[in-house]
Amino acid sequence: MWKWDVVWQVMPDILSGLVVTLEAVAGGMVLALVLGLLWAVMRRSKSHYLSWPAWAVVEFVRSTPLLVQLFFVYYVMIDVVGRGFSPLMTGILVLGVHYSCYTAEVYRAGLDGIARGQWNAAKALNLTPYQTYRYVILPQAIPPILPNLGNYLIAMLKEAPLLSTITVLEILNEAKIFGNEHYRYLEPLTIVGVLFILLSLLAGLSVEWLRKRTAAMTS
Amino acid sequence: MSNLPPPFDLLPFLLQGLYITVIITLGGCAVAIFMSVLFGAWSKSTDPILRWLSAIYITVFRGASALILLYWFYFAMPELTNIRLDAITTGILVLGANVGAYGAEVVRASLEAVPKGQYQAAAALNLSRWQTLRYIIFPQAILSMIPPFGNLMIELLKGTALVSTITVTDLTLQGKFLRDDTHRSFEIFGLLLLIYFVLSMTISAVFRVLEHRHSQGRDYGGGN
Repeated sequence: MWKWDVVWQVMPDILSGLVVTLEAVAGGMVLALVLGLLWAVMRRSKSHYLSWPAWAVVEFVRSTPLLVQLFFVYYVMIDVVGRGFSPLMTGILVLGVHYSCYTAEVYRAGLDGIARGQWNAAKALNLTPYQTYRYVILPQAIPPILPNLGNYLIAMLKEAPLLSTITVLEILNEAKIFGNEHYRYLEPLTIVGVLFILLSLLAGLSVEWLRKRTAAMTS
Repeated sequence: MSNLPPPFDLLPFLLQGLYITVIITLGGCAVAIFMSVLFGAWSKSTDPILRWLSAIYITVFRGASALILLYWFYFAMPELTNIRLDAITTGILVLGANVGAYGAEVVRASLEAVPKGQYQAAAALNLSRWQTLRYIIFPQAILSMIPPFGNLMIELLKGTALVSTITVTDLTLQGKFLRDDTHRSFEIFGLLLLIYFVLSMTISAVFRVLEHRHSQGRDYGGGN
C-alpha cells in the first residue's frame, strides 16, 4: 500500500531528475526549431539536391521509433566512433533532430499559408531569397504556427523519459534507480506520472492561451 | 550465424522479434480503436458522469507519457493491487490505451464535424440515440477519422519499441541483445530503422486503401 515516508525519501531525486528532463527538452526544442526551419526551407527550394534530401530525412525520421534512433546514435558513438557525446548531449541531439522533422511540417504548412502575392511582391522588389524569408515571409508565417510548435514541445516533453534508456539521469531514471535500490516502485512511479500529467496539462493550457492570443493578433 | 553477406546475416535473429512487434501493434491497434470509439462517443454523451470519465481517461493516458505508463502498470500496479499482468499483455493494453486517448479526440472531432441537421433529421425520424449514432452519424464521421487514425497507428507501431524496456523481446530488444554480443551497432540499428520504416510505409498504404474504399460513391469530403 501507499507509504508517505517513501514519498519524502524519493522526492529530492525526482526533482533533480525533473530538472535534467526539462534541460533536455529545452535543448531539444531549440535544435528542433532551428533545424525544422532549415528542412522546411530546403523542401521549398527549386533545386532537387536540396529538396529531395530534406524530404527523405523528414519522412524517414518520422516513420521510425525515437527509441531505436536513440540506440543508433548512442551505441554507434560507443562502438564505432568511440565515446563522443555525453548521454544527455546524445539525448538532446536525437530529440532535437527527431522533432525537427515534425516542426518542419508545421513550418511548411505555415509557409504554404502565405499568399502567393507576397512572394511575387518580394521578387518585384528584387529581394534575395534570404531577405524574402527574413523580412516578408517569416514575420507573417511564424505567429499563426506558434501554437502548433507548442504542441510538439508537449509531445517532446512526453517522449523525454525515453532518455532513461541511454542512462541519462532524468526523472524516470531517478525513479527507477530508487525503485531498484528499495524494491519499491509504487510511490516513485506514481509521483512521476502525476508530475507529468500536471506538466502536460499546464503546457496544454499555455498553448491554448497562445492560440487565442495569436488568433486575436492575426484577425 | 548464416551465409548471408553482412549486414543481412543479422536479419534472421532480428526477425524473431518482428513477430512480437507485429502482435503488439495489431493487439494495441484493436485496443486503441475500441477505447477511441468508446471514450470519443462518451465525451459527447448527455450523461455528465460519462463525460467526466472520458475527460479523465484522456488526460491521464495522454498526459502521463507512454513509457511512464508502461512502467507504472508493469512495476507499480502489482504493489498496489496484487494484479500482475505479463509484459506482452501490459504492452498491448497500455500502448493501446495511450494511443486510444489521442484517438478519442479524433473520434470526438469527427462526430462534431457531422452537420447538426443530420442529428435533427434523426430526431425527426424518432431514432434512439444509439440508432442515430450507429446508422446516421458514425457512417458519415468515419471518413474523416481514417487519415488521422493512420497516423496514430504509425505512432503505435513506433511506440511498440518501448515494450523492450519491460523485457518483451520485440525487434528492438533483439537488436539490443545482438548489439551486446557483436558490437555491430551501425548495422544492427540501421537495419532496425529500415525494418520499422518498411512497417510504417505498410500501415500508411493500408490506410490509403481504406480511405479510398470509404470515399467511394461520395461526392464530398473525400481526401482533400
